This record gives sequence, C-alpha cells and structure tokens, in this order.
Amino acid sequence: MSTPLIELKNVTKSFGVMDVLHGITLKVNKGEVLCLLGDNGAGKSTLIKTLSGVYKPTSGSFSIDGERVSFASPREAQDKGIATVYQFGGTFPLMSIGRCFFIGNEPTKSFGPFRVYDRKRANQIAVKAVQDFGITRIDDGDRLVGGMSGGERQSLAIARAVYFGARVLILDEPTAALGVKQASHVLRIVLEAKKRGLAVIFITHQVTHAMAVGDQFAVLIRGGLAANFSKGEKTREEITDLMAGGQTLANLDIDLEE
Amino acid sequence: MNTTQNIPAKHLDELPNARFDLGLLIRRPEVGAFIGLAFVFGFFAFFGNANFVLPIGAASYLNVAANLGIVALPVGLLMIAGELDISIGAMIPAGAMTVAIVSGHYGAPIVVGIGASLLLGFVIGLINGILTIRTGVPSLIVTLGTLFAVQGLVLGVSVALTGSTSVPLSAPDWIKTVFGSYVANSFQVTIFWWLAFVVMCFFVLHMSRYGNWIFAMGGDRESARNVGIPTERLTVALFATSSMSASFVGMCQTILYSSAQVSGGMSYIFNSIVTVVVGGVLLTGGFGSVVGIFFGTLTFAVVSQGIYFTQFDANWASLIIGVLLLLAVLTNNTFRKMALSYSPKKGRTS
Ligand SMILES: Nc1ncnc2c1ncn2[C@@H]1O[C@H](COP(=O)(O)OP(=O)(O)OP(=O)(O)O)[C@@H](O)[C@H]1O
Ligand SMILES: [Mg+2]
Repeated sequence: MSTPLIELKNVTKSFGVMDVLHGITLKVNKGEVLCLLGDNGAGKSTLIKTLSGVYKPTSGSFSIDGERVSFASPREAQDKGIATVYQFGGTFPLMSIGRCFFIGNEPTKSFGPFRVYDRKRANQIAVKAVQDFGITRIDDGDRLVGGMSGGERQSLAIARAVYFGARVLILDEPTAALGVKQASHVLRIVLEAKKRGLAVIFITHQVTHAMAVGDQFAVLIRGGLAANFSKGEKTREEITDLMAGGQTLANLDIDLEE
Repeated sequence: MNTTQNIPAKHLDELPNARFDLGLLIRRPEVGAFIGLAFVFGFFAFFGNANFVLPIGAASYLNVAANLGIVALPVGLLMIAGELDISIGAMIPAGAMTVAIVSGHYGAPIVVGIGASLLLGFVIGLINGILTIRTGVPSLIVTLGTLFAVQGLVLGVSVALTGSTSVPLSAPDWIKTVFGSYVANSFQVTIFWWLAFVVMCFFVLHMSRYGNWIFAMGGDRESARNVGIPTERLTVALFATSSMSASFVGMCQTILYSSAQVSGGMSYIFNSIVTVVVGGVLLTGGFGSVVGIFFGTLTFAVVSQGIYFTQFDANWASLIIGVLLLLAVLTNNTFRKMALSYSPKKGRTS
C-alpha cells in the first residue's frame, strides 16, 4: 500500500495538566473519507485543531506524504493543503459570496497605478466553483453569504477549499445544524471531494451520516482511540454502542442519490 | 429535491437583469443613510430660511461635516473591523495643543509642530492598537483609558510648559492656506481634505484587498486570522489612522483659529459614532460603507446646523439627532435583513 496522505503516530495533546488526547495513531489515504466519531468532549475538535495548525501536539508525530510536519499556524497547514471547514463554514455572513470565497487571496486587476479587487472575476470563479459541486441554485456572486442556507454555506466553504488546492479536507460537524435534505447535500459534496482525490476527515455525531460517506471510522472516547475500522466491519448498532451515549439515530434515513 | 436544477440553462441567463438592480441596491449599506440625508435636507430646506440652500448655508454644514468627517471615516473603518476608538475625543485637543506648544510657545518651525502633532497621534494610535490586540480587553475600554490618560497628559503638560490652558499660534500664510483658511470667505479648506480622505478611504475599503480584510475581521476575527489575514497589523494600522486623523483635525483648527485649547473634542466621540451608525455601519462590525459614512456625516452636519436657519430653538437639534439615530438604525437593520434574505424567487423553492 502507498504512503498515507496523512499519518498520525502517538499524538498526545495536553492543556496544562489535562490530557485531552492521548496516543492517537491514525492514517487517511487519498480519496478516502475518515469519519471521526465520539461523544461530546471526546476530543474530536481538539484532534482536528491539532491537524489544522491551531494547536501543536504535545508529543507524537504527524506526517504528510510520509514527511514529518509541524505547523506554527493554520496558515502553514493551509499551505500544505490542509483545509478546515468549521460548523458554519468559517464564513462571513455579511460579505458577498465572491468576496468570501477569495478572502485572503483576492484576485486583483490594475486600475491606473493601483491594484484593485476584481469583483467580477471573483464572483464568476466563486459561482462556478460552487456550481461545479452541484449547487446550481447559486448564480449571483454578489449575494450575501448570510442569505444562503446552512448547507449552501458549507458547500461554499468546501468548494473554496478545493479551489485553493486543498488535499485534505477537515469538516467539523458540517451536518450538525442541518435538516435531512441539507445534510444530504453536504454529504453529496463530501463524496464529490473524495471522488476528486481528496482525503476527507469528517466529524459527526450522526452514525447515519458517517455510514453514508465513510470508508474508515475512528471512534474517540475520552481522548483515546477506542476503535479504528473500515467500512462494513461493524454494524450500525455496534458503532452506536461504541460511541458512549450514542443517540437514537438508527432509523433516520437520508436519501443519498449519487 | 433541488428544483432549480430542472430550470433550463437558458432560463437562468434571462433572470439576472430583471432582479439585479434591486438586489444590488438593497445590499448597499448607504441606502438608509441616503434616505435620511434626503429627508433632513428636505426638512430644513422647507422649514429653514432661504439661506439654508445658498452657499452660506452649505458652508455652515460642510465646515461641520469636514471636521467631523475626517474623524468619522477612520472611526467607521474601525467599527467595520469590529473595534471602537473613543480616544479621538482627547486626541483632537492633543493634536491642537502639540502644534501650538511646539511652534507657537517654543517657536519651532511650523512643519516641526505639524510633524509632532501627527507623530503624537501615531504613537497614541499604536498604543491603542497594541493594547487592544495584546490584552484582549475590548477596545472601547482600552480607548476609554487612553481618552482620560491623554486628556490628563495634555492638560498637565500644557500647564507645566506654558502655564496656560490656551496657547496662541500664528502660522505662516502658506500653511494657513493649506490647513486652516476659508475658501470663498466661508468654506474651510478642511472640506477638501475631507473629500480627499473620503476618496482614499473608499479606495481602501471598497477597491483594495485590504477592504476585504477589514470586513472579514469585523465579521469573524478568528476565521479571518485562520485564512491568513494579518489581523493584528491591520488593527494597529487602523487605530494609528484614527488617532492621526483626530490630531490632524485638532492641528488644522489651531492653524485656522490661531490658538489651541486643552478642552473641546469630547463631543466628537458621540458625534462620530452617531454619524457612522446613521451611515449604515453595523456597530458590531462586518458591514458598512464609506459612502454611507459620508452621507451619515452630512446628515449629522445638516441637522446640527440646519436648525439655526429655522425658527425653532436650537435645543431641538439634539432631539432630531436622537430620533434620527434610532430611525437610521431601524432602517439599516431592515435593509440588512432584506439584503440577507434577498435572493431571486427561484432560490426560495427548496
Ligand atoms: N483550549 C482548551 N483548554 C483546555 N481544555 C480544552 C481546550 N479545548 C478543549 N478542551 C477540553 O478538551 C476536551 C475535548 O474537547 P473537544 O472540543 O475536542 O471535544 P469534541 O469531541 O469536539 O466535543 P463536541 O462533540 O462537543 O464538539 C473537553 O473536555 C474540553 O473541555
Ligand atoms: Mg467539537
């Protein structure tokens, strides 16, 4: 088997005396979705913040393409192709879709002796990128992000990450606040990202969502890796049981038409 | 599940023109401010005497607008970035006294006095900015601290050095022409500084990439930092600009009136905030426009000066400004909600 895109070995993270993560060993391959499951406070967010450069691991190693890395800032992680999308897409509700899409990487054009923001081009590219992910409803780059639905915002953020060359997509509970329809939208986009060869780390509390897209599953319990298995190795009931206090989602059916 | 996917592509192409104008208009933060300005202008043109619409009337409110506007612009940018600066209330007299003490009392060349005044603004701005980003204390509190500190410093230093709270300065003619004189007998030259500053701020906020960063910072500072925006440097730069603008206004007033006082300037604190909010800037940041701030400044100036052209007692001006502020905030909120929910009808279907 080829080198995993991302590999964690024995990663530990403590805040002062509190060990939030201990001995996490995980890997994710290209074109694969890893579902990170676990109860509230299990350390999922902390783990992905460690991956995305927000925190530094207290000990253990972290490699990309077999090469050890250490990030001083989220920006460095991004430069290495690790994109993180937080629950609300990390987006800015009162900004236009185009501006939001290019935040920090604004396209410019010359205007006399000055370089100015190229709104038209930004809008065009942003709208096209979002539409390529199947959200054809978005056709006006001047629309404010806050006016989009939760699923559309997530999609915008994912499309954005992919456009800027992300290789690893980290999604922290992208479906948590969404209705069934919206959530299936996001799940479809996760599959699209996977199809494009990205490695996806997907955090969720919903076993159904996890089972719909996951290739690999990792269950965190109180900061430790309680289980790590592949698709089809465990049943929904077993997974639900693994997640301490797993909710009764068993009957929730989502329509996922690929 | 997604009905829009069934709309033929051709249909999509036809839709934009029909809705484009309305959509763009509603999303402009300055719409409310413009309506407010048109309203108060109409009001005073109707109730005021003929002078209000003549150059003499225009001069009276443009002079107020210019002095207030130069401070309101950076205060507005800061507010969009999610910060407040109320230390400008002390920076105006500080800028005024600095040039008067350095060039008036000690007789140093005027350019040295002007430089000292702007430098003081820059340094206080740096302090505001650095304290804000380092301590995490809300900038309202940080600048409240520097407001009092600078006020005390100016008073103490002035009395210690000159033995007075009022210092005269007679600037050379060319300096007066540039910074403190009347054009056509009644228009302060600062009006031109203000207009130039409006253009500059417009460029920065709406045309350069820095503008995008300012909006992003006000919208969500954490996310802005995570996408690599240098939020700290930008915050410090904005505070430095607002402090320098305030000392610039003080310095121009000293040159115009040939003397400086340690008091005065406090009214600018509330006036600039009112102006900026009436201009459609969201108090909590992330939304606003330079054109809106411009209209807000004019609205404020028209109300505060227009009253003198009417039969009404001037005391009513504050009432009008208060009501106007509330109306403006309500209007702006309504427009913002409309802008957020505004989308072509077809977008509503799923
Ligand atoms: N910066 C921090 N300092 C100290 N403790 C922290 C910090 N961040 C997280 N923790 C603690 O670490 C534990 C794990 O938190 P984390 O946010 O990673 O959980 P989670 O699995 O994402 O939970 P949820 O499902 O509720 O999002 C919690 O007990 C939390 O209180
Ligand atoms: Mg979490």
